[in-house]
Amino acid sequence: MANTQALCSQFKIDALNGQHVFGAAAGFVRGTTAADTFKAAIYLATATMNAATTAYSATNEVGASGSYAAGGPTVTWITPAQNAPAATTNGGSTTYTTLSASIVVTTFTATAFDAILIYNATTSKAVSVHTFGSQTITAGTFTLTMPTNDQTTGLIRIT
Amino acid sequence: MALITTTKGELDETLLEKRTGSEDNENESLQWVEYWLDSELVHRSVDMQLKKGINFGADITNLI
Repeated sequence: MANTQALCSQFKIDALNGQHVFGAAAGFVRGTTAADTFKAAIYLATATMNAATTAYSATNEVGASGSYAAGGPTVTWITPAQNAPAATTNGGSTTYTTLSASIVVTTFTATAFDAILIYNATTSKAVSVHTFGSQTITAGTFTLTMPTNDQTTGLIRIT
Repeated sequence: MALITTTKGELDETLLEKRTGSEDNENESLQWVEYWLDSELVHRSVDMQLKKGINFGADITNLI
């Protein structure tokens, strides 16, 4: 038998499930067994949502119309999973998750928007920014369908 | 009689000019539909499919 240096595959799933608090986040205790509430806010192409984004902001968010309310719709995640078998070497496995349903906004009007910010509404923490070609909707429906949830196309993948 | 939600309320589809199109790139593919009343755009819907998400690489370093 031999030991192999690796970032444990279980860590990647546990990180997505909030099982680790590395920093000195005083008072940050996760006592709940329920999933947090996540939301997806839509932003204008003039916004500056990026890796430095830490939380939801109403600045340059599309205006409320139709079924879209400020802050965006509530979304849920598919339970994080890993491609099998779990690797014995660092980077050999990929942990992935994707929103469980399409984001659908109806009777909606917005001009030139090109990103969504997915954020944890329970902890007020940003998760990810996803961009696409700038779109305009006029009294219509915007449907954003998620990619296939697997280790190569999942919405969030950690290798 | 199909009704279309427009900037001018619910209108009979037969009164409108329908235009459709699609786009495809490495990040997404989409289909759009527009309805025009005379020369005015009164409805536009988009159905977009993301092709992939974001990959975050993680790594550790050797102790020696």
